[in-house]
Amino acid sequence: MMISSLTAEKLACVRGDRALFDGLNFHVTAGQALAVEGANGAGKTSLLRLIAGFLAPAKGRILVKTGQGESDDAEERGRLVGWLGHLDGLKPQMTALEQLLFYARLHAVAEADLPALLAEVGLARQAELPCRYLSAGQKRRLALARLLASRRPLWLLDEPFAALDASGQNLMALAMASHCGEGGIVIAATHDPLGLCNESLKL
Amino acid sequence: MSVFTTLLLRDMRLAGRSGGSAVLALSFFALVATLVPLGVGANLNLLSRVAGGVLWVGAVLAALLSLDRLFQGDFEDGSLDVIALSPLTLELTALAKICAHWLSTGLPLTLLSPLLALLFNLPGTATGVLFISLLIGTPAVSAIGAIGASLTLSLKRGGLILPLIILPLLSPSVIFGAGAVSAALDGLSPGSALGLLAAFATASVLLSPFAAAACVRLNLSS
Repeated sequence: MMISSLTAEKLACVRGDRALFDGLNFHVTAGQALAVEGANGAGKTSLLRLIAGFLAPAKGRILVKTGQGESDDAEERGRLVGWLGHLDGLKPQMTALEQLLFYARLHAVAEADLPALLAEVGLARQAELPCRYLSAGQKRRLALARLLASRRPLWLLDEPFAALDASGQNLMALAMASHCGEGGIVIAATHDPLGLCNESLKL
Repeated sequence: MSVFTTLLLRDMRLAGRSGGSAVLALSFFALVATLVPLGVGANLNLLSRVAGGVLWVGAVLAALLSLDRLFQGDFEDGSLDVIALSPLTLELTALAKICAHWLSTGLPLTLLSPLLALLFNLPGTATGVLFISLLIGTPAVSAIGAIGASLTLSLKRGGLILPLIILPLLSPSVIFGAGAVSAALDGLSPGSALGLLAAFATASVLLSPFAAAACVRLNLSS
């Protein structure tokens, strides 16, 4: 499914007794990348979890416009989300290819080009290696492959460049740019070291 | 392959690989069933009288060993976030995990039970009833266990609290299961006890995915 835009209106988030942000407004259209910036604990991850639908906003709403109309339903929005959290979501006992196959089936997408996808993120030689033997950077690359395999239009990325070396960062940046080029939206909690994002939001 | 089957098969594969929660459960069950006759002594009548209760309690405790990891592994490594965003609802996710737990733990325990019943001098008919009662009742252990596992998901020592939450809820299955074996030993029909056990298990399997999904949702938002 294609996405046209995502709009946050007067969004507020409360964690425990602490208000992280209030009255937050932003609008992202297809093909744009938004960098969410802020100090540690400012609420970057919470904002991503709000958009994904894991958290309910204390106030305000998030509207997503697709070809089928506009909706603020969190469950519907979740079906559009490609998620890359600060945890990679990988099982140490499973091989890289098995992980990718599992997530491809979970998202009901084609499995045929998964080895090519692994090669694309530089993990062709590690395809049959259990994930416990992968380095932090390699795990991040595998998480990127999982994200690419999900074919979701709205990417929510929490510190996507963490643990990646220079070539890995470049790979991530290219993937983000390519996703935006194909009409997707990227919202990333990052300090945007590569200047990729068209817009930035300071929390 | 459906999304449901994909998750179920992955969980079963992980249960088989991670040092084998199934192997751990079977070993624990076999040890309990071996130690009790050694402790009670060679009183064959007494052993056959207590067999139903001991084997049922042993099976429940053995199944508990792997229950705390039902959702926790996925929660800790971030997989649960990705699974929650898949086309599978959290209710069906919980059901897939319950099925995977039963297939990798409850079913092997049930299959082992006739062998362990020999240690208790349990007659053939009563052994058959024990087997059927475990076959019917162990899905309830996985289902109710899933509620406890999802409730204690974000707790550091959730595995310790889990038995305290779910063992009282599992008492009907132990009562009906052991009751069916006792009825068979006394030459009575185990039908009513097995019927009640089946009703309890059906209700557990049908309702617990909703409760477990609600608890997972709560933990994902924390």
